[in-house]
Amino acid sequence: MKMKRQIRTAARRRAGATCASAACTLAVVALWLAALTGTPVARAEYGDVVINNYSDDAGMRPVIFPHWFHRVRFRCKVCHADLGFQFQAGGNQIDMLKIIDGQYCGACHNGEVAWSVENCDLCHSALPGTPTQVHESTLQKLLSPASRPAASQ
Amino acid sequence: MTHSNWRRLLLVAAAGLLAGAVWSAGDPNSFNRLMKPPSMRNPPPAEDGIHDPDNPGTDLLQAPRAAFGDLPDSSSGNYVDWVKALEESHIAPRYDRLDADAKPVLMDLNIVREVKGSMPDVVYPHKQHTEWLDCSNCHPAIFIPLKGANQISMAEIILGEKCGACHGKVAFPVSECRRCHSRAKTADAAAGQ
Repeated sequence: MKMKRQIRTAARRRAGATCASAACTLAVVALWLAALTGTPVARAEYGDVVINNYSDDAGMRPVIFPHWFHRVRFRCKVCHADLGFQFQAGGNQIDMLKIIDGQYCGACHNGEVAWSVENCDLCHSALPGTPTQVHESTLQKLLSPASRPAASQ
Repeated sequence: MTHSNWRRLLLVAAAGLLAGAVWSAGDPNSFNRLMKPPSMRNPPPAEDGIHDPDNPGTDLLQAPRAAFGDLPDSSSGNYVDWVKALEESHIAPRYDRLDADAKPVLMDLNIVREVKGSMPDVVYPHKQHTEWLDCSNCHPAIFIPLKGANQISMAEIILGEKCGACHGKVAFPVSECRRCHSRAKTADAAAGQ
């Protein structure tokens, strides 16, 4: 009888601890939500281009092109004059066939100038659903709040 | 579980929720969509809000701060003064895809544009632009290479036309007024002549 009571007390203590931790978790989640609503979520680099012409439909993550990384290594002219990239996010209709045939990204990402196309997830790295955009652009900041994946807006 | 224990736990949970609500509503600085504190600038890809942290490749990407450490500062964009970084040889971007020694074809010609409003006139330097770009990037599609042939307004630039094809997207943004509006108007012009 005594032992049964002891077991019941221990179980109660355990239940109490579980409830306390649940309450703590709740409080933490509340604070986290508050922090989330007060600060911008998307804050990637200025000039990062998200390209989502075909990716979402094909079940791939959209592409993020980091301008800053490339301008450290190449002048604008190399891509925008020699390789024919238009000054327009999503305006180049790039697909994997063009890339493996050496056009656009494929002019360098061929295993000779830069790493090759088998590293899918180095480019296809955006949160699914992220729309095509020039991240942090003046136009985006002024007009369009739709820079995040549809699910998190 | 006794009643009082439950009450205590509910109180803790309610206090947590309340604290959260007060934090979000009570801090006058909590809403600041366009101004990022220095600690939030140049975040690593996994924390930047557009890269998927669950993507295996995300952690393999170079973090901006690892690259920007020694580059000259700027107050906007990537917080890097790219023109200065190139001038001072902090970076050596190739001018040709394959030839690491190819040199840019520079053109040293300033175009002064007298602006209609009260702002200082604009000096457009071909030199800094031809360091990065080819003539064909701008001429003739964006700018007709003829004096007086190009109407330019800040509204167009902000909407991504003319200078705004790059400035406000990848080159320094339009908040850097004085980098273009750099020449004081002559006394006659200032007097309204």
